[in-house]
Amino acid sequence: MTLRAASTFFYRRPYWYLALLLVPPLLWFGTVYLGSLFALLAQSFYAIDEFTAQIVREPTLATYKQLVTQPANVDIVVRTLGMAIAVTIACAIIALPIATYMARYARGRMKAFFYVGVMLPMWTSYLVKVYAWRLLLAKEGIIAWVLGKLGLMGLLDAALEAPGIGGPSLSSSYIGMFIVFVYMWLPFMILPMAAALERVPGSLLQASADLGARPAQTFRNVVLPLAVPGIAAGSVFTFSLTLGDYIIPSVVGAPGYFIGMMVYVQQGTAGNIPLAAAFSVVPIVLIFIYLSIAKRFGAFDAL
Amino acid sequence: MTAAIEFRGVSRVFGDVRAVDDVSFAIEPGEFFAMLGPSGSGKTSCLRLVAGFDSPDRGQVLLEGQDVSSVPPYERNVNTVFQDYALFPHMTVLENVAYGPRVRGVDSATRAQRAREMLDLVQLGAQGERRPAQLSGGQRQRVALARALINQPKVLLLDEPLGALDLKLREEMQIELKSLQRRLGITFVYVTHDQGEALSMADRVAVFNKGKIEQLAAPRELYTRPGTSFVARFVGSANVADGPLAQAISGSAQPFAIRAENIAVHLESAPPPVGETIAAGQVVAVQYHGAASRWQVKLDAGEVWSALITEEESRSLNGIGVGTRVRLSWPREAAVTLRS
Repeated sequence: MTLRAASTFFYRRPYWYLALLLVPPLLWFGTVYLGSLFALLAQSFYAIDEFTAQIVREPTLATYKQLVTQPANVDIVVRTLGMAIAVTIACAIIALPIATYMARYARGRMKAFFYVGVMLPMWTSYLVKVYAWRLLLAKEGIIAWVLGKLGLMGLLDAALEAPGIGGPSLSSSYIGMFIVFVYMWLPFMILPMAAALERVPGSLLQASADLGARPAQTFRNVVLPLAVPGIAAGSVFTFSLTLGDYIIPSVVGAPGYFIGMMVYVQQGTAGNIPLAAAFSVVPIVLIFIYLSIAKRFGAFDAL
Repeated sequence: MTAAIEFRGVSRVFGDVRAVDDVSFAIEPGEFFAMLGPSGSGKTSCLRLVAGFDSPDRGQVLLEGQDVSSVPPYERNVNTVFQDYALFPHMTVLENVAYGPRVRGVDSATRAQRAREMLDLVQLGAQGERRPAQLSGGQRQRVALARALINQPKVLLLDEPLGALDLKLREEMQIELKSLQRRLGITFVYVTHDQGEALSMADRVAVFNKGKIEQLAAPRELYTRPGTSFVARFVGSANVADGPLAQAISGSAQPFAIRAENIAVHLESAPPPVGETIAAGQVVAVQYHGAASRWQVKLDAGEVWSALITEEESRSLNGIGVGTRVRLSWPREAAVTLRS
């Protein structure tokens, strides 16, 4: 069959054409991606025999029971969830003015500069950035040094003495881990937020002012609600990335385990694949809960 | 009486472009004032200066005698109907209309009541709970109108409000807007590029071109006595003779205009009409419009003029088609002298 005949064949049969386009990626998505995900989920319904350390291939909820009843495991979930929420809120607060400037005020070269500037850190190796941050945050690191020169060492010490989140230095405290998380995921919040704000027609802001709203009222009543889909999209990134990450908590911060580290340890050295699988279900469930709350608050109404 | 709006030597420059170039005019209270011009002529820039979205680089904008050049839009007693309606997509129709009172601190029961009254005024009383996206273009336009009128502004600015509607709806809305303006008695400033809209609705029309007002007059005067060749062409679609063409036809370089309906078409073989001005040419197109036909004639001097011929006259010219040589004639008094 010639190319021309093939073209005619597919032009006359749009569904075949669609099938040709979609079948390869759907095969990949369906088998490799969703398939492995379900294989993982299935593992979580097995349990490990405590004497032989062998996986018992019979459906049971024992692993989940272990997950929700052992205080150490619950601590890990709560710690990770708390960090994810704090990181998401901080990212949203920092990203909003930047995204607003990028979408509404920056023009031409300035706009390009901001977009490149936001994405530039993502061109560098993730590990390099995490280890760089460990050095920056270390007791003799540049941040402590600058604060010392500015005579603000007392401020840092006071922060590090805070119960629960403090520690001997920034690099070995939850404050330091929080800073690194916010740094890492900030672009994932800024970009969707800027995209959402770019789509808001300027005439809506003019209409708001025209009807008597001061800039602060326009921001609260028009800009913020219309940025919500972008905030929701960005927060799904920051929230889920924090829930699943295991490198940052193992390089920077206090010694307490996070979900990602637990998955790593359980499937590796401990060899408890069912518990690792059960732990990896936790972020999925938390994201679902998060999305349904966001939906209830109308985050997706304007889509 | 203090003018509702006054421009005193106002200029607004964007880079190299003089969007508004030393413009002065005054609009009376209660007037229906149209700003007419092609895109980029400065009419919308002037509207933005009245609304407060922009400030003049030079000159003053006065609202009821007060210089408002540096007053922000939210402190002006002026409201706008936007070209794209600019309805808030995340609010219901009722919330959209109630937005003005809401940001001015009116309590929720009162503002809902007033919003319902405004929706009744634009015959959308039943649509309050819907979202703007669920409405038709004409309905959105009415919501935008209700939202702009709820603050009881002294001046309502309309920026090509009917541009997105189809012809029939546009004509209905023209009549409705005009009667609404009469009933409410507030000043309307209406920006449009459609000369038919401006002529049929406005008390006075300012014709904009390249940042300046070419002519400011009542519609009838604008149509019958255009002051410049731009106004003659843009408002009346008139035939304009300037420079060499005027010289060739009338023997004087003074430019003049003749409207298409004042021109008669004759076969070149027929005896030339007596006592009328004559120009010879060749028919290049005939457009049939029902009650009348528009004949495009390429004059020997090079310009293409058009003549509007009634159905009756067309019949008597039977046999003339594209390519036929003809004479155009018009009574001397039909020629309108233009400023050169």
